[in-house]
Amino acid sequence: MTMLEIKNLHVELEEENKKILKGVDLTVETGKVHAIMGPNGSGKSTLSYVLSGRDGYEVTDGSATLEGEDILDMDPEERAAAGMFLAFQYPVEIPGVGNMTFLRTALNAQRKARGEPEVSSADFLKMVRAKAKDLQIDADMLKRPVNVGFSGGEKKRNEILQMAMLEPKMCILDETDSGLDVDAMKLVAQGVNALRDEGRAFLVITHYQRLLDHIQPDVVHIMSDGRIVKTGGPELALEVEKNGYGDLLAEGA
Amino acid sequence: MALPKAKQDATDARLADLEIPVSGGWSLAARQDAAERLVQMGLPQPRDEYWRFTRPKDLIAPEPPAAAPMDESDESPVFSDKGACTLVFRDGVFDADASDSDLPAGVSITRLAVSQDNDIDWASGLYGKLELEGQTPVQRPLAALNTAFATDGLIIDVTDKVETPILIRYLHERDDSDPVLHHLVRLHADTELTLLEVGAPGARCNTVMEVDVAEDATLHHVRDQGRNHDRRTNTHAFARLGARSTYKSFTLSLNGALSRNEQIVSFTGDDAVAHVAGAAIGDGKTDPVHHDDTVFVTHDALRCESRQVFKKVLKNGAVGVFQGKILVKKDAQKTDGYQISQSLLLDDDSQFLAKPELEIYADDVACSHGSTTGAIDEDALFYLRSRGVPKPRAEDLLVLSFLAEALQEIEDETLADELNERLAAWLGRHAV
Ligand SMILES: Nc1ncnc2c1ncn2[C@@H]1O[C@H](COP(=O)(O)OP(=O)(O)OP(=O)(O)O)[C@@H](O)[C@H]1O
Ligand SMILES: [Mg+2]
Repeated sequence: MTMLEIKNLHVELEEENKKILKGVDLTVETGKVHAIMGPNGSGKSTLSYVLSGRDGYEVTDGSATLEGEDILDMDPEERAAAGMFLAFQYPVEIPGVGNMTFLRTALNAQRKARGEPEVSSADFLKMVRAKAKDLQIDADMLKRPVNVGFSGGEKKRNEILQMAMLEPKMCILDETDSGLDVDAMKLVAQGVNALRDEGRAFLVITHYQRLLDHIQPDVVHIMSDGRIVKTGGPELALEVEKNGYGDLLAEGA
Repeated sequence: MALPKAKQDATDARLADLEIPVSGGWSLAARQDAAERLVQMGLPQPRDEYWRFTRPKDLIAPEPPAAAPMDESDESPVFSDKGACTLVFRDGVFDADASDSDLPAGVSITRLAVSQDNDIDWASGLYGKLELEGQTPVQRPLAALNTAFATDGLIIDVTDKVETPILIRYLHERDDSDPVLHHLVRLHADTELTLLEVGAPGARCNTVMEVDVAEDATLHHVRDQGRNHDRRTNTHAFARLGARSTYKSFTLSLNGALSRNEQIVSFTGDDAVAHVAGAAIGDGKTDPVHHDDTVFVTHDALRCESRQVFKKVLKNGAVGVFQGKILVKKDAQKTDGYQISQSLLLDDDSQFLAKPELEIYADDVACSHGSTTGAIDEDALFYLRSRGVPKPRAEDLLVLSFLAEALQEIEDETLADELNERLAAWLGRHAV
């Protein structure tokens, strides 16, 4: 089954008429882990934002579906309820909103949208404590406002905690490895691997092979100047690590 | 000096039907003095600098504009589960049957309306006194009007650390009620009290509270001004702080056609602390909203700390005003003064008008002020929505997040939490 299917996706910035995605084609099958690599500014984050429904982008051509359903006309919250999740490259700080309140509101809102019963606060607490423990997020961090005063690595682990709690179908991770020390990277990878299963798919955006050592991808794509220019197996990531993008891009051109 | 004609006319019109409600007793002299200074000052007019952002018309008119009471029965009254000693004013008239008769130990309370023949020495020394001092350097004629013509109020004397809060509950039931209430609060040295005020006192109200906090005493003051739409509210709180004393005041306001809350704080003893804070949400969708916080803090002692934290969330043409001043006199060295006023504008129709001021004559002080106006943080909004939180709920969370800094000024977390929950529920119903 196909989880995510992107066809000929063209995207411009609404404000500047600047073309950023210039015909992205990408299909992620259910149960698979795909990685996207590519030079800075090639459009990786833009793709992740467009898929999760951020304002400010105009889709001028092409389509994107999640399990066969067109997502581009959905609100971000509808996409989330349908199973889309983005671990942000730069998680946002929200002073005054407690991490727990945030997580519970999000979880129950998604469940409500899907017609599922809300999770009781006792069950929620149990769940969040167990998952936080796996990620070595301490109770104190859970009590603090969302991402406020978190270190870069703590923010990234908090993204994975949210993912673990919300159990989305399509998980996009935008440079979740950047800013992580070696141990934190392992924790994050464990978090991802724990969620890997038949009903779920991942799109992991990264610059480094390191994360992919821990999260073995099934497919690796190279993005450049708003397009997927090359697709291959895990060996493609190794090649990037060794030689950079120069040769690959020259070849693709 | 003769008053400008418009001011004279407005003052004459208002005073025509007003009468000092006592013919003798300890407050008479103070009332007569206040009436006299009121005649000299005249009532506020739109051209007065202090009323530049807020039209005084409805507050000075001889008759209050009609204000329909609101059915608030969909919620239990705020703070009703705090075990407070509750005293009830119904459209400005004390309701003994609805009030608790047993007072907690360490506090005695009598009423302005019934105490005139008793000789309450301290009360006669305080009544109108802080109001008079608060008339310079800025005139506050409506406070003088209150001193002269107040019909009732509580006289609260605190002689110990009192754990049970005193709750003044105001009920607004008539659409033309126009109460003028004057409270006196004295805290003896080394005492403590939590004073709560809940509800709109009437269709229009003019309330004054004079607070005298002696050395090492602490007053926590938390009020919720109700959510009636048409109400016109004019309050003054005058606080005088002795050495090492603490005064913390927080005001929550939801909507209201016109609110003008003035707080006048002066430090007379060293090492004292005053925090005045407020959170207001105005949605002008069904009725206009105008909310004005006007604060004046005078430092005239060593090493005192003052904080002003005011936040307003405005929508559908609602107007928010903040005028805040920190005056540091020449000998008030080591003063720590802070002031922040912020507004969150949820659309382009609403506006926030701020006049933050510092006036400093001492050379060794740390004072800062800031004022900001902003919109909802789009990145935060997207972040919340991307996690499945529907847009209206996400906006509510961000509104609460914006107000949190002001609510944090309430020291008692159970009070702060309750107000926060009320706000969340209110937002949920209103989809601000
Ligand atoms: N809001 C914006 N305003 C202006 N330019 C933008 C905006 N968003 C993206 N861009 C531009 O679009 C291009 C793609 O940016 P994007 O963030 O998607 O790249 P990326 O592949 O994620 O890069 P990196 O590896 O550095 O994270 C860049 O040239 C960037 O400057
Ligand atoms: Mg990026």
